[in-house]
Amino acid sequence: MSTSALPKSVDGMLELLTSRGYLAERSLATVTYLSLRMGRPLFLEGEAGVGKTEIAKVLSAALGRKLIRLQCYEGLDVASAVYEWSSAAQMIAIRLAEAAGDTDREQLSSDIFAERFLIKRPLLQALEPDVAGAPVLLIDELDRADEAFEAYLLEILSDFQVTIPEFGTIRAPHPPIVIITSNRTREIHDALKRRCLYHWVDYPEAERELAIVKSRVPNISAKLSQQVVRFVQALRDQDFYKSPGVAETIDWATALTELDARSLTPQLVGDTLGALLKYQDDIARMQGDTLQKVLKDATSED
Amino acid sequence: MTTIDHLNPPTGHMADNVVGFARALRAAGIPVGPGAVIDALNALQAIEIGNRADVYATLEAIFVKRHEHMLIFAQAFDLFFRAAEDWKHMLDSVPLPDHAKKKPPPASRRVQEALAQPSMRDETEQVQEQELRLSVSDKEILQKKDFAQMSAAEIAEVTRAIANMKLPQAELRTRRYQPDAKGLRLDMRRTLRSSLRTGGEIIDIRKLGRIEKPAPIVALLDISGSMSEYTRLFLHFLHAITDARKRVSVFLFGTRLTNVTRALRAKDPDEALASCSSSVEDWAGGTRIATSLHSFNKLWGRRVLGQGAIVLLISDGLEREADAKLAFEMDRLHRSCRRLIWLNPLLRYSAFEAKAQGIKMMLPHVDEFRPVHNLTSMEGLIEALSAPPPPHHMSRIRSAA
Repeated sequence: MSTSALPKSVDGMLELLTSRGYLAERSLATVTYLSLRMGRPLFLEGEAGVGKTEIAKVLSAALGRKLIRLQCYEGLDVASAVYEWSSAAQMIAIRLAEAAGDTDREQLSSDIFAERFLIKRPLLQALEPDVAGAPVLLIDELDRADEAFEAYLLEILSDFQVTIPEFGTIRAPHPPIVIITSNRTREIHDALKRRCLYHWVDYPEAERELAIVKSRVPNISAKLSQQVVRFVQALRDQDFYKSPGVAETIDWATALTELDARSLTPQLVGDTLGALLKYQDDIARMQGDTLQKVLKDATSED
Repeated sequence: MTTIDHLNPPTGHMADNVVGFARALRAAGIPVGPGAVIDALNALQAIEIGNRADVYATLEAIFVKRHEHMLIFAQAFDLFFRAAEDWKHMLDSVPLPDHAKKKPPPASRRVQEALAQPSMRDETEQVQEQELRLSVSDKEILQKKDFAQMSAAEIAEVTRAIANMKLPQAELRTRRYQPDAKGLRLDMRRTLRSSLRTGGEIIDIRKLGRIEKPAPIVALLDISGSMSEYTRLFLHFLHAITDARKRVSVFLFGTRLTNVTRALRAKDPDEALASCSSSVEDWAGGTRIATSLHSFNKLWGRRVLGQGAIVLLISDGLEREADAKLAFEMDRLHRSCRRLIWLNPLLRYSAFEAKAQGIKMMLPHVDEFRPVHNLTSMEGLIEALSAPPPPHHMSRIRSAA
């Protein structure tokens, strides 16, 4: 893993992402570049499967930094997000001290709250110095955590330090590159968004999506890739409960090449629709006439 | 600079005016004590009364102690001192407001009513009258009276009653823990720390229990013509709820859906309602329940229905275009929240039968079906919100369907 310098311009950032197979919109490259320059967290919101998490992975790989991921869920607390004391090890240490005949309480308490008994969780790991440079911290699906955690996060993101009552304050020598993603299962508080640079990641337009499919599924035929992208773009115009994301397009294209398909047929689409649409209601709507119509538009030669 | 004499405050027109003004403020809902009046008189003596802005700033500094009162103060000041061009003599007549050309701003109705009260009465007399106005039997009548048949004064009483309602505390157990002596989970960290006092001997065990929090509430409120009498009061009710708990989202729908959650966060109910009205375009138009529910499900459902939300659907269900789409969207809404309570003012008629097509479509998909047309039913709603949800309480619905 080689460390490369931070890009010097928006074009540099675009190049960096493209070199790793992430074909970003210019606006996304701009906001990413700015977040690196300004040292502000990047807050990405958008539908599932548009490449929010991917950008953190690509950035860490391209810059040669460590990627630290914190997957949020309801009930996430300090013990699983920041740090925890290893009580079993501490109890053993107390017993050993007893056996050795140490009765000095002050000494004992400073002994068992030493760093070696500290279990470091993602947020604390992200504050630690790293030879390769500050790590990339990915806080994934923040909307799943509760508001209380958000407030705590706000504190960490404002001064990149954590205070552990028994131990002291740990401060990051260089703040990590922070990327926060949200699927909007609830609204994130304004206070946190104010600290970040915000970007709504949208579905790509046809041309870009075609490029993405070609770069991610290299052995797909030109004809099929065009049909796949047209079909998916047409699906997004339909009023589905959950439109397919880029990730679904790539999945579907991969599935079709696995089946050695050369072009789309109604039979083939019907059998593989599960790679694109994940709700029964949506799949039921894509039967019969609707499917025929969309398919006809996608496969017409123009 | 004049010296300030606390025992002999200045008198004359200015004194009368300031006392009258203070009375008007009090009537409009800003707490102003006699001490503040004396302070104000002294302060006005202390500044050289030369222009309106100085007087305004002075009186505001003394009478307004909370941010949300600033707006009411501004309106009252404008009305009260409108004609007083000559600030040296501050006219002693109270100009009553004529009807403003433009739409009156929020809170102005309260201020105007306050100013219109005869100002020559004794204060104590007014207070007594306030208490007498609502005798016990009146309260009972008010409890049962339909919102749609109330006079303006009764509506004002009801609004006050709504503001004082004890709000629901239906507690949901979250997945986070806090120190709790009766908890079930061992808190190793605190146990160890306390054991250090006894040289590492664990004597008292510390525990953790789950944090409980009120469930989020999402209200979908029908503002079509047929619901107009109830709409305003529901908004008052929702405003009172929004005040007390953080997680309340409010949507209004007529022909389209509008999110007014932020508009309702203003502290003053009039101001909150005014900013709601300004953000809604189709006030008291027709209803398209299915379309509105569809856009809610599509755009907002996944954003506000997490964390075990309770949905209050407030509508009479009179939908012309009732078809399978309505049932489908209701079903989706029902399946994506913890509890769906339908509040329908039509239930006030004891002989209510679900005959309308729309109502028949919607009924199978709600957990509870309640009337909401008077204070008693609102209190019932609060009790229902506080109680643990009944296990699929569908008996009433089956009989109605």
